Amino acid sequence: MSKSFFIDTTICTACRGCQVACKQWHDLPAEKTKNRGTYENPADLSFITYKVVRMREQVIGGKLNWLFFPEQCRHCIEAPCLETAGDPGAIYRDEKTGAIIFTANTKRLNADEIIEACPYNIPRKAPDGTLAKCDMCLDRLENGLVPACVQTCPTGAMNFGDRDEMLALARKRLGEVKKKNPKAMLIDEDTVNVVYLVAYEPDLYCANAMASNIDFNITRQVALKRMLRPLTNITSRLL
Amino acid sequence: MNVTRRKFIQITGASAAGLAVSGLGFDLTPIKSHAQMLKTKYAKETTTICCYCAVGCGAIVHTSKKGDGRVINIEGDPDHVINRGALCSKGSSISQLTENENRLVEPMYRAPYAKEWKKVSWDWALSEIAKRVKKTRDASFKHKNARGQVVNRTNGIASVGSAAIDNEECWIYQALMRSLGLVYVEHQARQCHSSTVAALAESFGRGAMTNHWIDIKNSDCILIMGGNPAENHPISFKYVTEAQRNGAKVISVDPRFTRTSSKADIYAHIRSGTDIALLGGMIKYILDNRLYHKEYVANYTNAGFIVGKDFKFKDGLFSGYDAKNRKYNKKKWAFEMDSKGVPKMDRSLKNSRCVLNLLKKHYSRYNTKLVSKITGTPEADLLKIYKTYAATGGSGKAGTEMYAMGWTQHTVGVQNIRTMAMIQLLLGNMGVAGGGINAMRGESNVQGSTDHCLLWHIWPGYLKTPRASNVSLAAYNKKWTPKSNDPLSANWWQNYPKYSVSLLKSFFGEKATKANDFGYDWLPKVDDGTDYSWLTLFDEMYKGNFKGFFAWGQNPACSGANSNKTRKAMANLDWMVNVNIFDNETGSFWKGPEMNSSTIKTEVFMLPACVSVEKEGSITNSGRWMQWRYQGPKPLGNSLSDGDIIMRLGDKIKEVYKEGGAFPEPIVNLKWDYITNDEYDPHKVAKEINGYFQKDVTIKGKLYKKGTLVPSFGYLQADGSTSSANWLYCNSYTEKGNMAARRGQKDAPNKIGLYPEFSWCWPVNRRIIYNRASVDLKGQPWDKKDWVIRFAGEARNGKYVSKKWIGDVPDGGWYPLQNPDGTKRKDAKHPFIMRKHGHGQIFGPGRADGPFPEHYEPLECPVENNLMNKQRMNPAAHVYTTDADPYATNDPKFPIVGTTYRLTEHWQTGLMTRPQPWLLELQPQMFVEISEELGREKGIKNAERVMVSSIRGSVECTAIVTKRFKPFKIAGKTVHHVGMPWCFGWRWPVSGTEESANLLTPSIGDANTRIPETKAFMVNVTKK
Repeated sequence: MSKSFFIDTTICTACRGCQVACKQWHDLPAEKTKNRGTYENPADLSFITYKVVRMREQVIGGKLNWLFFPEQCRHCIEAPCLETAGDPGAIYRDEKTGAIIFTANTKRLNADEIIEACPYNIPRKAPDGTLAKCDMCLDRLENGLVPACVQTCPTGAMNFGDRDEMLALARKRLGEVKKKNPKAMLIDEDTVNVVYLVAYEPDLYCANAMASNIDFNITRQVALKRMLRPLTNITSRLL
Repeated sequence: MNVTRRKFIQITGASAAGLAVSGLGFDLTPIKSHAQMLKTKYAKETTTICCYCAVGCGAIVHTSKKGDGRVINIEGDPDHVINRGALCSKGSSISQLTENENRLVEPMYRAPYAKEWKKVSWDWALSEIAKRVKKTRDASFKHKNARGQVVNRTNGIASVGSAAIDNEECWIYQALMRSLGLVYVEHQARQCHSSTVAALAESFGRGAMTNHWIDIKNSDCILIMGGNPAENHPISFKYVTEAQRNGAKVISVDPRFTRTSSKADIYAHIRSGTDIALLGGMIKYILDNRLYHKEYVANYTNAGFIVGKDFKFKDGLFSGYDAKNRKYNKKKWAFEMDSKGVPKMDRSLKNSRCVLNLLKKHYSRYNTKLVSKITGTPEADLLKIYKTYAATGGSGKAGTEMYAMGWTQHTVGVQNIRTMAMIQLLLGNMGVAGGGINAMRGESNVQGSTDHCLLWHIWPGYLKTPRASNVSLAAYNKKWTPKSNDPLSANWWQNYPKYSVSLLKSFFGEKATKANDFGYDWLPKVDDGTDYSWLTLFDEMYKGNFKGFFAWGQNPACSGANSNKTRKAMANLDWMVNVNIFDNETGSFWKGPEMNSSTIKTEVFMLPACVSVEKEGSITNSGRWMQWRYQGPKPLGNSLSDGDIIMRLGDKIKEVYKEGGAFPEPIVNLKWDYITNDEYDPHKVAKEINGYFQKDVTIKGKLYKKGTLVPSFGYLQADGSTSSANWLYCNSYTEKGNMAARRGQKDAPNKIGLYPEFSWCWPVNRRIIYNRASVDLKGQPWDKKDWVIRFAGEARNGKYVSKKWIGDVPDGGWYPLQNPDGTKRKDAKHPFIMRKHGHGQIFGPGRADGPFPEHYEPLECPVENNLMNKQRMNPAAHVYTTDADPYATNDPKFPIVGTTYRLTEHWQTGLMTRPQPWLLELQPQMFVEISEELGREKGIKNAERVMVSSIRGSVECTAIVTKRFKPFKIAGKTVHHVGMPWCFGWRWPVSGTEESANLLTPSIGDANTRIPETKAFMVNVTKK
């Protein structure tokens, strides 16, 4: 049984404890930022920022909302980054948890291709091309702890556990939230291990809340190449 | 072809997986996935309590056992019953606070006119400070005041600080300052919640948050007005969320749509400084619709008391006003007394001069139309709020209020809170689970520092600072011990002499004897009718009336209203001692903007304090829980705990006074033995705070040996046979051990989250104060489900025959007022035991600005006239008059209402958060939030740098043009409103461009406590 996050954005207060707890546990340095006319900062995920709480002011049905969305890797069940890389020494799935893990060997991958492959636009590269993103706090999980962002969450917006339990919790909460917000939904819950509950359309929260349906220009050849690369990579290594 | 990203997953995922598993027949899983070692595996684990706000969250500190012995991880403590492992962005960054290259690690000295700091030794710094203390003190010491009364004080030195230090440190610090004869002893509490203490004590008897954080989950309706807990007390929202998920309604009333508002069921905006108008309208709504809890109101509040005929209200003034002195003669508001000296009461509430009927009359003017014109809150929103909140007046329903500086920091600060206190009494919400008034304290130990009274007007345990007219201990005790002639009134303060004498025994130990009035004369006296509070202190400093100044764990250059005045004032000092973790705008004021160091004489000693996880001791959270913290790593570099610095400084001062000097007795005789193995010992102070038996005493037939700890304040004596440095904390460290260190996880039988075995709370571990009002006259709870206490004594023939309460520790263990058969008992007591008459006070005749709150405009406001009455501003508020105190009301140059606030990501002036890269990353720059409408009007774009100015100063800000601020319609005209955080200052970030919003705020004080009005003032915003 893989593990899943259930992120209930309806009770997130954007205290951003998760954002800092993530840096604290991973010993990640801070970014130099500027106030960009919003509380949201840093502006984007980066090689040293695995999690950003998106904060958007949206008027919905004539009523002002401030929507919060702790953005992070979805740990896809079938992960395009992993498949695109086709290099288990660089990107692998931890079988016990389902965590998609990037190693230092991501340096040998084509970073832009991996980033491009992600439907949620999550991985980020260092100047030397190494890729990084949320690692589900695998070291904590292996030692019986929950991810740092989950432990630090005050309201219960961040939840973590066995996938079926998290899905059950997500569906229960969806039922409750739907009474007030009929457009509430779980995002891509069948394909990812990080399931978000949103009260309104996902694109009101941030650009890549949901796996993008926007066309992006790749040719059939490229698509085919990517589909086949795992095989070629493996074959080349076997030979 | 064009492929969507969504499709792409399907294609790549399916095909690759297919190939991997079935196609090739071998495993694609990584070569190896070994269990990673946890970075904390070989670390020492200690528990601590977060050093930021006063929710009091627990954290675990992991300190490396090898190598440098430094912190490697700090995270939330899952076994802490309040936060259950959670921490906000600030709490999550404590490891970076600790292991921070910006920390002060050596004492520093700035010579007169010098341009730079010089590194010095501890011994040199403390010896030099002691010399200066002695010189200034000896030169300025006064044995008698102008009236010839003995005062034994120095007006030459002032002190501010600190809510950032531990309880034990607070106590020894105030003892040292008072032994020196200082009367200007103030700290953060004056500026944050002094108005709370004055309002809640007048209404209910005690000045603190009435319930506690976990209890918020029991509420049916949470009114959040004057506060923003999702941002400033983030973990409290755990319980707001829990209540809401259980069906509670959350109401957010704020000038600006906040992170709290984003989670509320009802949001309404309000112009800063008009809360009494809005709440007065709610009182009218409750009375008009008879939604008050009749039985509660009639029996537990003074609603039925008859007010004397001298009480009047006309044109915004209560009777007894003296315009020349801006003061009321409060005798005009007295209750009528019967022949025995007990207030006359009409519990049927019919008498036309009973409080309830006067209340009706007073608030009859507060109709929603007028309220809306003043507040700018739409009438429909007002009605929605009134209806929703007033529904908690039903028996078994509980409503609570969460507020902070949005209410306290006004010229009507006390009366803002009084208005809510009155509403809570009307609705029967006091004493019950999920009810009360949750005054949210903002500093980790500001409750404790207030309890230990680092404030000019009170001594530890809320005893009074003696006035010059209190010429002896007997006169002092007589003056401050209230008398009640009502046999049903507990009048708890009748025990006053036991607490004052026990305190003196702690000050002076064996030197305090009956013969010398326990050293009463050694301690400084203040002049009757004179104020020594924060704003006055800096006013005097600005006028050049101090030579020496301690700024201990405080940053007044950014935290005080009208910071330009504060900063200039510090240049008039001869010397200053600044104790802090980081260099800051106060200690380095001579280097600051618009300062020319070559013309500034002030010598500055900057002493490096260690951070909270590097020392041991206790702090008290907002819910009055006293919690013990342990040492993780040792203090970094040459930093020391505040306790060590205070003890060493005290030693040095005692040494220089061995050779004599002005009135050395209090210094030489001060008990100063809180040392073990040459180090400060917090346990020794904690035990002294609890108190000892000073000789073998037999009480209630039991012998207590000399030198043992007093079990609780019920055992304290007025004859010198007990000591207790703070009677409120008597019971916190007993022969059973250190109660504050307890970690018991068991809840009380009522299962409402009291956790009585976790830490300890004052008074006597009572978690919800005034809980005697949570039961009916027969001692049975109004709320059968979430009950706090219930009387479980045996009943025979309709009469109670044995005494037993279960649940929380009852607020006095007497019998209920009635037997099961409805007959009255003579051995019972009214529930509000700390009030002289035992009743919650809807009518509060003890406040300086009136027994009923009335709407007055802030000192600076956007209207020419107060629409509610003929007085524009609070007629009893204190106005300062130096050249640094200009103000501009209804002035076209400053047409915009301004307010200030805190952020989740920074804390107070930001001194403990701005040096941390993780927190600066989240909130890097000073900003002003303005509405889209104002942005359009001024041509200001989002993220543009702008200037915000008041008549007192200006601050450069990044504009956040937001939908979360909306223009107001006030008395028919459009009024814009902006807001700024006050967490910045020029020292950090090092760019030096981000400054404090307090450069803009006025130094004007509330009528009762002189808390500054920093939440409502007038500004302009211009393009840079």
